[in-house]
Amino acid sequence: MMMTDRFTPGRALRLALLTLGAIVFLAPYIFMISTAGKAQSEIFSSSLNLIPQTWSYAENFAKAFGRVSMGGLLLNGVIVCGLILVVQVLVAIPCAYAMAKLSFGAARLMMALVMLGLLVPIHATALPLYVAFDRLSVLNSYFALVAPFSISVFAIFLFLQFFRGIPDDLIHAARLDGMSEAGIVARVVVPNAWPAITAFAIFSVVAHWNDLFWPLIVVTNQAYATPPLGLLYFRAAEAGDDYGALMAATLIITLPLVLAFLLAQKRFVEGITMTGLKG
Amino acid sequence: MASLALDAGRPSLVRSAADAAKRREARIAILLSAPALLLLFLFIILPTIAVIFLGFTDFELGYASFNFVGFENYADLLNDRTFKKSLWNTTVYAAIVAPTSMALGLGIALLIESEGWGKSLFRTAYFLPVASLLVAMATVWQYLFHPTIGPINAALGLIGIDGPNWLGASSTVMTSLSIIGIWQATGFNMVLFLAGLSAIPRELYQAAEVDGARSALSRFRLVTWPMLGPTTLFVTTISIINSVKVFETVKTLTEGGPNKASEVLLFTIYEEGFVFLRVGYASAMTVIFLAILVSLMFLQYRVMDRKVHYA
Repeated sequence: MMMTDRFTPGRALRLALLTLGAIVFLAPYIFMISTAGKAQSEIFSSSLNLIPQTWSYAENFAKAFGRVSMGGLLLNGVIVCGLILVVQVLVAIPCAYAMAKLSFGAARLMMALVMLGLLVPIHATALPLYVAFDRLSVLNSYFALVAPFSISVFAIFLFLQFFRGIPDDLIHAARLDGMSEAGIVARVVVPNAWPAITAFAIFSVVAHWNDLFWPLIVVTNQAYATPPLGLLYFRAAEAGDDYGALMAATLIITLPLVLAFLLAQKRFVEGITMTGLKG
Repeated sequence: MASLALDAGRPSLVRSAADAAKRREARIAILLSAPALLLLFLFIILPTIAVIFLGFTDFELGYASFNFVGFENYADLLNDRTFKKSLWNTTVYAAIVAPTSMALGLGIALLIESEGWGKSLFRTAYFLPVASLLVAMATVWQYLFHPTIGPINAALGLIGIDGPNWLGASSTVMTSLSIIGIWQATGFNMVLFLAGLSAIPRELYQAAEVDGARSALSRFRLVTWPMLGPTTLFVTTISIINSVKVFETVKTLTEGGPNKASEVLLFTIYEEGFVFLRVGYASAMTVIFLAILVSLMFLQYRVMDRKVHYA
């Protein structure tokens, strides 16, 4: 519109509000970075100084890396999120294709099951799953961390809506070319569904990278701790108020996903918007 | 078409051929969805049935046998002060976080949408908390809220206000957790509203202006708000459901304390089921939790249905 070209008082107010709000929302990050570089004595004396007087980043990061294996935590996070995502997509895509493009008797029942499944979060199924995993002695393993999320009804739901938009002609043509149904899924449906798959990937990774509830339940061995759980261990090991080391640790743990977001912002926002509105 | 005409003389054969093709298609469909169906049954349907079942037992982990106790667990819940406190706190939290994060999200989305400059910069700033590890950022908030060395109270001290013991006092702990919740949820709501806003046809605003809607406020009332209806409904449901699921910040920062002042639903279930291992009792709590989620979703469907009829 026209008003964006001129600098009116209304526009100044708008920019001021947005800037002020942005500073408030970014303040935790600013203090995290600042405090991660402060010595213990300085943290206790002047918390409003943003630039550390004695540069203590090295000490604090050394402490953070020393107490808990940060590399191990991040690696676990990558392994768990990666496994979850791959299995979810591999399981959901054929199912969503069958429901969207093939006619079979059980389709209606499956749709009902998917809708029902959307209502049930991990928090509701955690108790019986925990008891079962305990009986099977599979607690403290990647299997325990990944298995309950191998099925994502949300993925099926999202892909189903997307696949319905793929023209039937495209699929008929592939069939006439002698392609098997599995081949059609792999070579026709998947290449046409990248936007939905990317959106789901972002949604899934953000959700599972952040999840504390399930890892907290099934993992007691530090070797399998995911980033949120590892940070809890670090906090427990960190007696008192060593906020310098604590902030260094939070910085290390937060950075990977934040960097990923900053590098692929547009996709992130699109992905979260798409999955958010469908969910 | 050609094959149809050719086959006209042999209807039974055509039908059986068509039937065979249909059966083949159905078989392939079942095959393709079998893994999903199996996992769905194993990890969602079966455990859901099991949790309802366990809610009627006195099952405790570590004991071999258990008894049916009927509705005893539910009767106990009615007199359980911790559980009642937890339900109340969760309600308070949702009542603060959902509307505030929605209002802020909508407000910021409107400001960003109408401002040409720095669109993606502002969007990034407000969205960053959504992409950050909540447990980690909760730790940062703990420092910000620290009663003696925290920047918030230091800043309040500069203007002569004696800041409270944010996370440490039972009177302020839910407010503090709500502030973190709002900070975390606003960006998410904002991008959903931004998507909703960009879907509103520009012509509607011009038409409204022609019809005499001169002020921004009347244009908002006449065009933006009604057109955002479906988005607002979605965001409302998601916001409330996400607030009801609050767990990470409570577990990380307060463990339900001080004095159970920040006991919330999922944390109470977690403690009862996975720390005290009273699985039967915790299952009954889980059933209540699930019932709340299902009624919220049901409510959304009902409202959506009515909206569709009006349109």
